[in-house]
Amino acid sequence: MPFQQFLQHLVNAISLGSLYALIAIGYTMVYGILRLINFAHGDLVMVGAYSVFYAAAIFHLPWPLSFPLAILLTGALGVLIERTAYKPLREMPRINLFTSAIAVSFLLENLSIVVFGGRPKAFDRPAFLNANISIGRVRMLSYTPVIIFTGLVLFGGLMYVVHRTKMGMAMRALSRDIETTGLMGINTDRVIMFSFAIGSLLAAVGGILWGIKFPQINPLMGVTPGLKAFIAAVLGGIGNITGAMIGGFLLGLIEIMILAFLPHLAGYRYAFAYAILVLVLLVRPTGIMGEAAREKV
Amino acid sequence: MNLHISRNRILTLIALVAFFLLLAYASSNFSPYVLRIMNLSAIYVIFAVTFNLIYGYTGQFSLGHAGFAAVGAYVAALLTMSPDQKVANFFLQPIVPLLANVQLPFLAALVIAGLMTAIFSFVAGWPSFRLRGDYLAIATLGLSEIIRVLLINLQSVTNGALGLKGIPGYTNLFWSWGFAVVTIFVVKRLVDSSYGRALMALRDDDVAAEALGVSLLYHKMLALMLSSFFVGIGGGLLANLISTIDPSVFLFFLSYQIVGITVMGGMASLTGSVVAACLYTVFLELLRPIESPFSIGSLDVPGMPGMRMVLFSALLLLVILFSHRGLFGGREFGWDWILDGFDALRKRLKGSKERTGADSDSEEAS
Amino acid sequence: MRIKRLVLLFVVVGLTASLLAACGPAPAEETTAPPSEGEAEEEVQLDEVVIGIYQPMTGAMAAGGEQTMQGIELAHSQKPEVLGVPVKIPLVDNRSDKAEAATAMQRLIEQEGATAVIGSYGSSLSMAGGEVAQEAGVPAIGASPTNPLVTQGNPYYFRACFIDPFQGRVMAKYAIEELGVERVAVIQDVAQDYSVGLASFFRSAFIEMTGDASQIVAFTSFQTGDQDFTAQLTSALGEEPDAIYAPGYYGDVALLARQAREAGFEGPLMGGDALEAPELIEIGGEAVENLYFSSHYHPDAELSPASRPFVEDFEAEYGERANAFAALGYDAYMLLMDAIERAGSFDKDAIRDALAATKDYAGATGTISMDENGDAIKDAVVLTVENGEFVYLTTVSP
Repeated sequence: MPFQQFLQHLVNAISLGSLYALIAIGYTMVYGILRLINFAHGDLVMVGAYSVFYAAAIFHLPWPLSFPLAILLTGALGVLIERTAYKPLREMPRINLFTSAIAVSFLLENLSIVVFGGRPKAFDRPAFLNANISIGRVRMLSYTPVIIFTGLVLFGGLMYVVHRTKMGMAMRALSRDIETTGLMGINTDRVIMFSFAIGSLLAAVGGILWGIKFPQINPLMGVTPGLKAFIAAVLGGIGNITGAMIGGFLLGLIEIMILAFLPHLAGYRYAFAYAILVLVLLVRPTGIMGEAAREKV
Repeated sequence: MNLHISRNRILTLIALVAFFLLLAYASSNFSPYVLRIMNLSAIYVIFAVTFNLIYGYTGQFSLGHAGFAAVGAYVAALLTMSPDQKVANFFLQPIVPLLANVQLPFLAALVIAGLMTAIFSFVAGWPSFRLRGDYLAIATLGLSEIIRVLLINLQSVTNGALGLKGIPGYTNLFWSWGFAVVTIFVVKRLVDSSYGRALMALRDDDVAAEALGVSLLYHKMLALMLSSFFVGIGGGLLANLISTIDPSVFLFFLSYQIVGITVMGGMASLTGSVVAACLYTVFLELLRPIESPFSIGSLDVPGMPGMRMVLFSALLLLVILFSHRGLFGGREFGWDWILDGFDALRKRLKGSKERTGADSDSEEAS
Repeated sequence: MRIKRLVLLFVVVGLTASLLAACGPAPAEETTAPPSEGEAEEEVQLDEVVIGIYQPMTGAMAAGGEQTMQGIELAHSQKPEVLGVPVKIPLVDNRSDKAEAATAMQRLIEQEGATAVIGSYGSSLSMAGGEVAQEAGVPAIGASPTNPLVTQGNPYYFRACFIDPFQGRVMAKYAIEELGVERVAVIQDVAQDYSVGLASFFRSAFIEMTGDASQIVAFTSFQTGDQDFTAQLTSALGEEPDAIYAPGYYGDVALLARQAREAGFEGPLMGGDALEAPELIEIGGEAVENLYFSSHYHPDAELSPASRPFVEDFEAEYGERANAFAALGYDAYMLLMDAIERAGSFDKDAIRDALAATKDYAGATGTISMDENGDAIKDAVVLTVENGEFVYLTTVSP
């Protein structure tokens, strides 16, 4: 393979991986707090993208208004989901919580098929994200550095919140032991709600950036990003924010590079991520950055 | 006690005979449309009951049902299709010679489909069933999708995305409900046996159960393979019912639906699974009018395509939230239960005995 | 405890009763309906004839279903009765789902009492319904399913469109003769039978015409649901093709086109008839300019004497220009009416025979004759996208 072509693959991989990473950090944060695979996370990605679409299509809002609006709306929806579908089940076995998450995800998907219609819609990419950048023969569009930059900023912000604020301390305490944290006089409900709000905001940002990179949105668009981001989070060690970031980039790299070196496997590409997931879970279930599992007996 | 058991056996036997007489009547008198729905109900019954064995009794959240059903469907389809049909189907890439000329009777094909699925589930489950809870769910969902990707890509075995067409329509009420009854019977016997107690012990507290000498993996795999065997048969019945399959039939949404049916019926209740599976199939058909667009004169009512699945998922969520244990919540339909119920009813409503009589008739027919 | 049990008992009884009720009354109608219906058709004057429509109105293929429906409804409003009997066109949604498609067809035949059926967009859906129609002896005509298997071995299934091997040839020929393409990369959607078939037919036609298999410089795949095609494109473009042939559905190809342009590819993109949807241009934007695809119809193409009136009627009715699937839906309905008139009765076998004997019928999408498989033999058109519009380029005869 010519070196130029390899570099192009590398750029593609980073561009894709940064998006996985961005969605994975939201995923992993919710998991870290509640030990719940929030299946609806992927669908919040979809809701984020659709909110921008309708803000632009119906109210003709320019992107500087529609993006924050969509992010807030999705955050509110995330909190609503937590209040109605997860909170009442918190004391139940985890499997009930997970079933509820699947039901929420199924409901959001079907509801948006009815409300938004099944046909794919075009997502408008702001002009400044559409510029060509060429370095030698390697090309990318200006959205790629923007996605990477956004990902890093959000990662930094999240690290700050988790490690430098009171709320973050409460979150870390909660992730170790909900009950004890409650006994310490911390309002666990509020902390969990806060975590969900942050997680959903991140999902919305992910959805908007996903729409910018792949400007075709449909009601089931969240399924693949959701699963891929989950796999990225597991790869990095679920519950670990740094791990999710690394896992996202790694997953993008693996997906692209397998095809780059073994192009005849293109038809199987869809299965790569799942194969990686099964392998990681079997060989090192705690992922790259994960600590030894703290299974609560 | 013994008297009760023999009485119950006789009652069961009578109910079964009555049930199959009803099927015989149905298959010669009901329209193919109704028969198709009844057949589909039976297949969903098989899926839901077997899922309940893994989920409700053993406590393992496997989202692999769609993939296992796919294996069974493809094996049964390839074994029952005529060599001519295979030549016609595989027009882009010829079928592997090994499969080109095989054609087996339906029963043999179904049993092989079940066995292949069970073997497959063993290979897939051996590693992944070491995982727990939601990890297992995601891993099995991944396996199910990997199966689908394989079906799409192994063109000379499965015909890829083109799917298989012209699968003989062998499935009828006796095959579908026959296997549904066998499935219920076997699963019921298993959960009532000492194995069943072990499974439930694992579900409730695996650490304690293992400390008491219950082999974790052995019992999980037993439940998985048994249920996969019947899921494979269910897949085969499905293939020979709709007579054309392709990998997109077995998207993981199928697994979601099975989860939904089972949860609504009630975890660890076979009666619940059976009733919920039938209701699901029938109501999905009955609700069709609410989403198709129709016109009254020149007025076009757009209809709401997709509304049925919204109702289904909303109902699923409500059941999970408000009646944590589903419609039947671990209870079973049984003769003692009914007869005791009648005694109670008789005491309560002295005098109005016609009604109880009418009820017991419809009870037996079900 | 006891009360709970009683309540539950009533639930079970109620559910059982409702199940029986759901299955019970229907057969009573059904068992009496079919025989009397058969006789009635020949002897007594019917008060209506039912032409069942089954189309994907939801799911992945909903766009095509909606477009086809526009044409069918227009045709129905123009020809609301046949042989002096009003025509009813009940629609059943097959949800873009195979298992549903078979049930939908069954429902049309049993519950609605369809004499003939039109449908469905999507070859796999047509096949699923086709088996049921064949068993019931109900003639069916598909508007746009192009997979050869749809009509193969099914004497009751016809179609108003050409088939994929022809479509693949048309584009191979056009690429070589008009676009001067020598090296071509093929990217198929491995999860769609339509795409896999078309890619393979194009490849074999291209190799046959050029006599050089090495000119297919790349043959790669993606899968429905994938949105990132950069790895496939980077590898394929590394082989320096003159053109990319990507038969797939409009949503995926629009994304693929954008990513191809972003990767610096400026040559022609090519595809098949499933690209014709406004979303292709909305999503693809400038990237789908210089895209060529084979299709069935374009309002600017005079394909037969019936083309012009159809274009005008369609614009009057819907205020927009007709698309290929609407035109095919229109033709499917009209072909069926023509066959019923020639059969002179509502006997299903007579209609089947009349459909099979269709010759030189002037439809909106061209002059149609049925071959021995029940496939329409007719011209194809080649379209391109220019300034955000579908533009007609040329007509290719079989």
